[in-house]
Amino acid sequence: MSLPPGTLFLLAAALLFAIGAHGLVTCRHLLRKVLALNVATTGVFLLLVTLGRSGTAVDPVPHAMVLTGIVVALSTTAVALGLIVRLQRQRP
Amino acid sequence: MHPVEMLFDALLLLSMVVLAWQGVHARNLFRAVVSFMMFGLLTAVAWVRLEAPDIALAEAALGAGLTGALLLATLGRLDQGGRATRLRTTFMRFSLPWMALGLAGTTLLLAVTLALPAPGLDEAVLRAMPAAGVDSPVTAVLLNFRAWDTLLEIAVMLLAVVALWSLGQDVLASTPRLPAPALPALVRLLFPLFLLSTFYLLWRGGHGPGGAFPAGALLAAGLVLALLAGARVPERMTGAPLRCALAAGLLAFLMVAVGVMADRGVFFAYPPQHAPILIAMVEIAAGLSIGVMLTALFLGGEPTDVEGGPS
Repeated sequence: MSLPPGTLFLLAAALLFAIGAHGLVTCRHLLRKVLALNVATTGVFLLLVTLGRSGTAVDPVPHAMVLTGIVVALSTTAVALGLIVRLQRQRP
Repeated sequence: MHPVEMLFDALLLLSMVVLAWQGVHARNLFRAVVSFMMFGLLTAVAWVRLEAPDIALAEAALGAGLTGALLLATLGRLDQGGRATRLRTTFMRFSLPWMALGLAGTTLLLAVTLALPAPGLDEAVLRAMPAAGVDSPVTAVLLNFRAWDTLLEIAVMLLAVVALWSLGQDVLASTPRLPAPALPALVRLLFPLFLLSTFYLLWRGGHGPGGAFPAGALLAAGLVLALLAGARVPERMTGAPLRCALAAGLLAFLMVAVGVMADRGVFFAYPPQHAPILIAMVEIAAGLSIGVMLTALFLGGEPTDVEGGPS
C-alpha cells in the first residue's frame, strides 16, 4: 500500500464532518441537531490531530487545542440541551 | 505501516462513521443517543491510535461518559415525540449540487493537507521546553505557552454554568431516586478510587499524559455517579461554598496571570524559577474547578434542596 500515513483518518474526518453538517441542516428534532453538531466537531478534532502527526515528532499544539475544544463542545452541548428542555416546557 | 494495523484502523474508522450516521438518523431517539455514546468510546480508541493519550482520557470521560449522561438525562425530561422527521428535499435539485460541492471541497482539502510542510510547531515547542517549568509538552502548551486560551476556556465553562442556572431547576428535582440498593454501595466503594485517580492525574500532568482536563473529567464522572446513586448536594454547601468551588479555577488562574506581571509586566510571563510551583497551583485549582463545573453542567440548573425550592 502506498497511501500516505493518516489518509484513512483524514477521510474519516471529512466523512464525519459531512454527516454532522448534513444532519444539522436536515434534521427537524433539536436533540438530533445537537448530536449532529457533536459529530461534526469530532470530525474537526480528528482532522487537527491527524495533521499534527504528519511531521517527524508529535505536535503538542493541536493536542492542546483539541483538549480545549472537547471541553468547550461539552459546555455548548449542555447549554443547548438546557435550552431545548426549557423550550419544550414553554410550548403548550 | 503494518497491514494488520491498517486493517484495524480501517475497521475502527468505518464503525465510527456508521455509528455517527446512526447517532444522527436512527429512528428512535434513545437508540440515536446510545449510538452516539458508542461513537464517543470508539473515538477515544482512535485518539490512542493517533498517539494522543491526553485526548483519549478526556474523550472517554467527557465525550462518551458525561455527554452520554447529559443526553440521557435530557431525553428523560423531554416528551417522547422524537420521530425521525427530516426536511423533505428533492434529490436532484437540492442534494446533488451540495454533494458535488462537498466532494470537491474534501478533495481540495485533502490535496492541501498532503502538500502541507511537514514540521508544525513541534520544534518551536521543543526549543521552548526548558523554560516551561513542566516536562509534558501538552501541559506546557496548555498552561504556559497558550495559557491565555485555557483561561478563556475556563471562563466559557463558567459562563455555560451561569447560563444553565438562569434557565431553571436542576435535573434531580424532576427525577425520582433509583430504588437500586446495589448502586449506592458500589459508589461508596468506588468514589475514593475516583478521588485517588483524580489526584494521580493532576500530579502526573507535569511530566506525562494527564493534567487538569482529564483529572477534572474523572472527578466529574465520580460526582455524577454519586448523584445518580442518590447522593444529594448538602444544603449548607449549595450557597457560597459551591459558588466558590465553581469560580476557584478561573480566579486562581487570573490571580497567577496578574501576579506574575509584578516581575516582568507581561500577562502570563511566569518567572522561570517559579514556573513549576505556579503551574502546579493553577493546575490543581483548575482541575478541581473543572470537575465541579462539569458536574454543574450535568445538573443543568441550580441545585435545589429536598423540598424542591431554590435554596
